[in-house]
Amino acid sequence: MSTAPQAARPLLSVRDLSVTYPGAGEGVPAVRGVSLDVAAGETLGLAGESGCGKSTLAGAILRLLPRGTEVTGEVLLDGEDVLTMRPGRLRAVRWTELAIVLQGAMHSLNPVQRIGAQIAEAIELHEPGLGRGEVRGRVAELLELVGIPAGRAQDYPHRFSGGQRQRVLIALALACRPRLLIADEPTTALDVMVQAQVLRLLARLQDELGLAILFVTHDLSTLASVCRRIAVMYAGRIVEEGPSGEVFRTPAHPYTRALAAAFPVIGDPAFRMHPSGLPGDPPDPRDLPSGCPFHPRCALAQPECPAIDVRLRPAGPGRAAACVLVEPS
Amino acid sequence: MTPLLELRGVEVGFPVRGGGVARAVDGVDLAIEAGEVLALVGESGCGKTTLARTIVGLERPDLGEVRFEGEPVARRGRALREYRRRVQMVFQDPAGALNPRQTIYEAVAEGVRIQKVPGNEEALVADALSRAGLRPPERFFPLYPYEVSGGQRQRVVIAGAMVVGPSLLVADEPVSSLDASVRGEILELMLGLVRETGVSILVVTHDLGLAWNIADRVAVMYLGRIVEQGTTEELLGDPKHPYTAALLSVVPEAGVREPQILAGETPDPVRIPSGCRFHPRCPLYVSGEAARLGIEERCRTEDPPLAPVRGGRQVAACHATAATAGVAG
Repeated sequence: MSTAPQAARPLLSVRDLSVTYPGAGEGVPAVRGVSLDVAAGETLGLAGESGCGKSTLAGAILRLLPRGTEVTGEVLLDGEDVLTMRPGRLRAVRWTELAIVLQGAMHSLNPVQRIGAQIAEAIELHEPGLGRGEVRGRVAELLELVGIPAGRAQDYPHRFSGGQRQRVLIALALACRPRLLIADEPTTALDVMVQAQVLRLLARLQDELGLAILFVTHDLSTLASVCRRIAVMYAGRIVEEGPSGEVFRTPAHPYTRALAAAFPVIGDPAFRMHPSGLPGDPPDPRDLPSGCPFHPRCALAQPECPAIDVRLRPAGPGRAAACVLVEPS
Repeated sequence: MTPLLELRGVEVGFPVRGGGVARAVDGVDLAIEAGEVLALVGESGCGKTTLARTIVGLERPDLGEVRFEGEPVARRGRALREYRRRVQMVFQDPAGALNPRQTIYEAVAEGVRIQKVPGNEEALVADALSRAGLRPPERFFPLYPYEVSGGQRQRVVIAGAMVVGPSLLVADEPVSSLDASVRGEILELMLGLVRETGVSILVVTHDLGLAWNIADRVAVMYLGRIVEQGTTEELLGDPKHPYTAALLSVVPEAGVREPQILAGETPDPVRIPSGCRFHPRCPLYVSGEAARLGIEERCRTEDPPLAPVRGGRQVAACHATAATAGVAG
């Protein structure tokens, strides 16, 4: 279902995507029929914990998954299916249409190449007609855009702090002016203050460049503060979707409720000396519970939950949740 | 009343390549009472982990002293062994803290053997695992760390610390590597241990939400020094140091407060700024508020001491706080 108000075709439309990794028997189902839309210039937050399939989903959109992985469904970028693109077209689309920023900024940059040269390389590869001066100008512009003085293009990665390296990676991702940025836990390894700096930078870029962002993290409160819409994943499926403020403040799915309560509202007496969590652990995709895969951890589980494979159903205007307790309105 | 553990003027430095000393802990006074949870909060590089390591005896102070139950901590012999039994460390990453080739039984029994805890070893291990929520404990005895979940590994680490009957647990980021939904359960376990056994916990974290969840008091550390300290309600409800206020403002909470994003990152402890060490990043100093209060010069040249900021136990090291408190009477 689509919650975008406009009738225009979304920039990215993922349709019934499933990803199965090779493994014993029928393989490991990491993503099990996910559909989502990201409009041009929009920020969609994708929340979930380890093993829920969110990073696999991000990798599938960019076709970065290992060989032998079974991917079905469609990833439509402006109506064109990324999954069936020829290699040449795919190379052009990566960077110029779609780009990704991963967590762990320390390990994604080449340690023996100046950062300016790394960014220039990406530009030259995709726009071979540009002169050296123009490329240098673009590198300077990109660095300034992410708040790093252009003069530092000559420095090697080790000369930068963790937060600065994450900014360099964002500049690198933006080198070929993509329209959609996939940010997979871009702030997870960073300190709170640096995290706030990077989040503010992403918000500014979205505003200034009209960039669409798919923001993937386990931290629902971060998503609520930077994204217009949120989709929550559990065991390879989207279990709730809607406007971020509403999903965060009045979750419809018991799992979303637990995620929202995991990071307390400081000052709220309800959380004082009262940490809130769920029993058990996120399920192993190799061994998913029957029916609703959340039922073993759900405080509100009904007798029928182990038997019903509940799908997303409407849960108010622009909202959907996959829970038997949600009344189809 | 004598505190359980007390630090007096503790300094710990590390020589750095090319000369100079990184003053990781630069004059810290701190007390932990029996049965309380104290959160030591700060960004990476502020010295909080060095301080924790100093408390458990992994680093030696260059200056100042660590006192336990009113006595200086022994440096050798049986008294040191006894101190090491009573003060236990829970490390950050439960995957790294456990020996992958040791069963869970062996991991927990190791402490019993090293500390020569009297009693039946198997009964002690079973009791510790069971108190840590791993029930029935016998089921976990033969398992290896990779065979259990991240949350369960953290429980094993906590059981290994609790099995020797400590008076103080020093926990360094105990939940930062765990999934959001698992986090609350581990924090709940820690609160339960305090209630049931009267153990004190010093929890080292960058996460103010965690402090709101479980801490009685909070101490905020910046560049080797405690800059503010108070009860959790006072300190997080009405922070008096501008650094605490800034840290609190960037906790993502769907835009509750106007975020005060400090420029840059924690400075190098080799070159601690003169005067108030926070002044180059301080919003009051940078915005000219300090000049308006007529204290700009002092911020730059005088190192502010921790001073009471109200009738209660809250103290802050800030010229502006001291000046405005004086005006308000």
